[in-house]
Amino acid sequence: MSDWRFQRPPQLPLPQPAEEAKPFFAALRQNRLVLQRCASCATIAHPPRALCGNCQASEFDWQEANGRGAVYSYVVTHQAVHPAYADHTPMATVEIQLAEGPRLVSNLVDVPPEEIEIGMEVEVVFEEVGEQDGEPVVLPLFRRR
Amino acid sequence: MPFQNSVAIVGVGETDYSRNSGRTELALALQAIQAALNDAGIEPRDVDGLMKWWVDTSLEADVAANLGIRDLAWWGEINQAGNVGAALVAHAAAAIHAGLAHTIVVYRGVNGRSGRRYGRGDVTGQRGRGGGAFTEPYGLLTPQHGLAMTARRRMFDTGIASRHFGMQAVAQRQHANRNPRATFYDRPLTLQEHQESRFIIEPFHLFDCCLETDGGGALVLTSAERARELANGRPLALIRAAAQSGPGMGAAARRTGKRLFDMAGIGREDIDVVQIYDHFGPFVLFALEDYGFVPNAARLVEEGGTSQEGGRLPVNTSGGHLSEAYLQGMNHLIEATRQARGESTAQVPNASFSFCDTGIGTGAVVLQRHEP
Repeated sequence: MSDWRFQRPPQLPLPQPAEEAKPFFAALRQNRLVLQRCASCATIAHPPRALCGNCQASEFDWQEANGRGAVYSYVVTHQAVHPAYADHTPMATVEIQLAEGPRLVSNLVDVPPEEIEIGMEVEVVFEEVGEQDGEPVVLPLFRRR
Repeated sequence: MPFQNSVAIVGVGETDYSRNSGRTELALALQAIQAALNDAGIEPRDVDGLMKWWVDTSLEADVAANLGIRDLAWWGEINQAGNVGAALVAHAAAAIHAGLAHTIVVYRGVNGRSGRRYGRGDVTGQRGRGGGAFTEPYGLLTPQHGLAMTARRRMFDTGIASRHFGMQAVAQRQHANRNPRATFYDRPLTLQEHQESRFIIEPFHLFDCCLETDGGGALVLTSAERARELANGRPLALIRAAAQSGPGMGAAARRTGKRLFDMAGIGREDIDVVQIYDHFGPFVLFALEDYGFVPNAARLVEEGGTSQEGGRLPVNTSGGHLSEAYLQGMNHLIEATRQARGESTAQVPNASFSFCDTGIGTGAVVLQRHEP
């Protein structure tokens, strides 16, 4: 095992969630990964919606995900196509398929870009990446399982 | 009267393509519109409709004032980033067919290299808002990031490989080498050069990515009846069918393709020449499969099938966004029209049906050549 560690470019945007997505980010601050589940028909949606896409109900529960998943796809940014990437290439971004079905965009904290493979099994880690409006901003990143 | 072949594209025009136009986006749009009206043989005062990309900065009112258009019976814009060209043609043609306007200009003028650059997320960045709250904090900051993610998964699922993307890039470059308007007119490309070019966003190599261009383009649409009066001996490019599918809903090309070919009343095998939106070259091959042209696009490019020289389905015959210019689908619509009228620099002999997609299935048209 290498001791490689993901260095998040500090200039990447922080999430500015819409109203319906705020519970997702509030749960992250408690180190919980939750998914929006319709209180009427139990359909899970990610990203969260204002209405259930299946039955249009507006009441939701927040189901705790088990935090496990697999790499569905990935990209590696080699050229600093955006100022946030200056001095931070190459950098990988991954799409994780959760055990519950939905897919999350994220980063792998312990796998260097050249070792990432589709299908690699991973689990969530909670990383504080900054502060906003007096509260910590926590993102769901992933590590090899 | 059915929609089929009731409306024609009677004029096309573009500016020079460059990296630094030295002109405003409005000036580029106006120059292109004047060229298209000249091509059509229509006076500006006879235009009663204007349509543009929502992201285009040249307002209909300013275009009308500069061209001396005193009344607009029809105007409008379609939202999204670049991928609305065919949808604009569909809207304009529907309006003409319904009798709400008789002559509509669709235009685009953009300083895509010297001004706001799509490739840097200047146009589409959300600063962490909306859907961007779930993608941008992890580094997906530009259109190519999300598309590279899709492409990587498709490579995994189907076995299509970077060398196939390279074969398509080379075919398009050869088309551009015959097109004096093309940015890469005098620069050949080999498969080896494609494969050895640097990664931008892996799996996209440099030559999988479209150009960034300053330029303008325009189309003039009117009724088929009026088109016959204007023809002056030239073939007509009639709109045989047009279709759209809502953006961001996945697999759009399958739905658009079904609607389009149902309306056209022809099969995929009847299409003689194809233009497909190539912000990133791999998506040309994905679209060829999703529209139902071929079950396996890798095999098609391995046999040189998308080349105008001997290919069974020539694709992106102006050079496309990879090698001619990136005008967000406008140059594809211009080329599709030229093919139907027999006026391309890489003309497919006896082309009768000319297909044009302008963005991952969100919209497409079939043009049909008619003798005047």
